Amino acid sequence: MSLEDIKKRTVLDPDGKEIEIDPLKDYYCAATPDMKMEQQKSSAPIIEKFANWARSESLWILAFGTGCGAIEMRPLMTPKYDAYRFGIQWRATPRQSNVFIISGYMSVKTLKRAIRAYEQMPSPKYVLGLGSCTINGGMYWDSYNTINRLDHYMPVDVYVVGCMPRPESILSGFDTLKKLIREGKGEGAAKYAENFEWYKKNQKQIIQDWDMPDYNW
Amino acid sequence: MNELIERLRNKFPVKDEVFQKDTLSFITTEKSQAIELVTHLRDYEGYTHLVLLTAVDWIEDGIFQLTYLLNNPTEKKDLGVLVMLDREDPVMTSSHHLWAAMATYQRELFEMFGISFPGSPRLEEPFILEGWHGIPPYRRDFDTKKYSQETYFQRPGRETHDPAEHMKKKMYPEG
Repeated sequence: MSLEDIKKRTVLDPDGKEIEIDPLKDYYCAATPDMKMEQQKSSAPIIEKFANWARSESLWILAFGTGCGAIEMRPLMTPKYDAYRFGIQWRATPRQSNVFIISGYMSVKTLKRAIRAYEQMPSPKYVLGLGSCTINGGMYWDSYNTINRLDHYMPVDVYVVGCMPRPESILSGFDTLKKLIREGKGEGAAKYAENFEWYKKNQKQIIQDWDMPDYNW
Repeated sequence: MNELIERLRNKFPVKDEVFQKDTLSFITTEKSQAIELVTHLRDYEGYTHLVLLTAVDWIEDGIFQLTYLLNNPTEKKDLGVLVMLDREDPVMTSSHHLWAAMATYQRELFEMFGISFPGSPRLEEPFILEGWHGIPPYRRDFDTKKYSQETYFQRPGRETHDPAEHMKKKMYPEG
């Protein structure tokens, strides 16, 4: 997308009539995320507990490698470490996945795509920050083009430290994530909805040419 | 390599030859005739392959140095053609008609160094950076650490040690 794509303009409809379109209003939903909906719980605790167990055992990862850490996911997918036996699978599109692995350094350009992908994922959704770059910038801490703290742009559930973390550490990170979900602490989507303004402010502060709707759902 | 440079000297202003090794040399030429020299090398001397086009910021001398690195696949030799540009007004003749890849290199240099190549296709479109304002980041007067500290959020608690000092303290605590 570019700034041109979201500008108001007049186009010809199939009948040859001139109509005015406003892409931000006509093509996208202008509503911001609803905290009440994100926090919705079942009335019976046992059902909620069961749902959390089910969620923890079906982690669908968005296959979007944002940095060098993505290379560690290949052995994880393949027989050597075989994450599939733990109910962890990779999916091709954000609409089909609920775990986003930010694998390593995140440049401003990638962050824009990552935000779009994260917002398109259905709740409940979890973010796993991989490597020291997502924690404090890692070895790119003084780079002009990579962010330093991922948790200022999207809510992070689990960090896996290392540069790069071995596939074993990522599996251990999944274990922690599963534990959090079972305890009902995987509330990243609700946190994002609650602090939506703050996240948007931080995102817009570094993404200068904001050429997409505020909420990409 | 020597013979080639002697042949070039008859036609073009060539100075500051550097013979790095048998298969790699550098020559410096004038800005006005650089593209003709590069075209000549490509069409008559067998330097048909563009390895890269890159720039160096000599901030102390107030110049940008462009390096056209060319390769001769039959003789297996490389020749670098250096061009010095004024740092205040960095404009160079575009040579996108010689190699298709040249336009991409020129786009990169425009974005990262602010060196302009008028007429080069898609020159001013964002290449790697999107929505970059301010001075181009590869210029040496751009302070990347300061920019990072002002723009991105620092996580407190980061410590830096000088490796030599750190190991000295660790291994010989008595000094």
